[in-house]
Amino acid sequence: MKAVYFAWVRERIGRAEEEISPPREVETVRQLVDWLAARGEGYAAAFANPKTIRAAIDKTHAGPDAPIASAREVAFFPPMTGG
Amino acid sequence: MTSPTVRVQAEGFDPAKEEALLTQGRRDVGAVVAFTGLCRDEDGSLVALELEHYPGMAEDEISRVAQEALSRWPLIGLTVIHRHGLIRPGEPIVLVVTAARHRGEAFAAAEFMMDYLKTRAPFWKKERRIDGSDGGWVAAKKEDDAAAARWSSDPE
Repeated sequence: MKAVYFAWVRERIGRAEEEISPPREVETVRQLVDWLAARGEGYAAAFANPKTIRAAIDKTHAGPDAPIASAREVAFFPPMTGG
Repeated sequence: MTSPTVRVQAEGFDPAKEEALLTQGRRDVGAVVAFTGLCRDEDGSLVALELEHYPGMAEDEISRVAQEALSRWPLIGLTVIHRHGLIRPGEPIVLVVTAARHRGEAFAAAEFMMDYLKTRAPFWKKERRIDGSDGGWVAAKKEDDAAAARWSSDPE
């Protein structure tokens, strides 16, 4: 699946998007955050406080318990500040 | 049913022109509410705001919120424009225009749109300061969450 990152999540990880292949036991958004956080320093910094991370699956907001099995694109970003 | 006009763009816009588009040739509109959000200079310290967005999701999410507004209030017209990219103090960032028979629904729907836009539309603001420093990312405000939350407990 494709992972995309925005704002300071993107800056800390150091890239805007990438292809990821999490193992089968990673089933939810929360588990995916934990798996990504273990990939390196930038990832650990980006996901240090899961409460400040929002996620979307295929461009729709998704909570921590949302299943990722059928996702084509998972996005991670800070709380929105538009308007 | 009214279909909303939703645009996500880098270019500026003319609020008066967008408002006129909702009312021209009509005689059933009794109320138009137009809200324009502008970039502030933060007491002269800000040279620009850089607005990052999630292409695709930004349009989708604004459209979802616009449909929700249309299902809650009997609107005759609804236009939402949100910019991305570099925006300088004094320039418009966001526009919501609602047209209805009566002012109550026009005011309420416009406020609802803005409250939801601020908390659900995937945009992030980065400050560029006049002294050349990076002002960092604007933090989400608790008050914005509270403003959006009141619409779920009190639909009117």
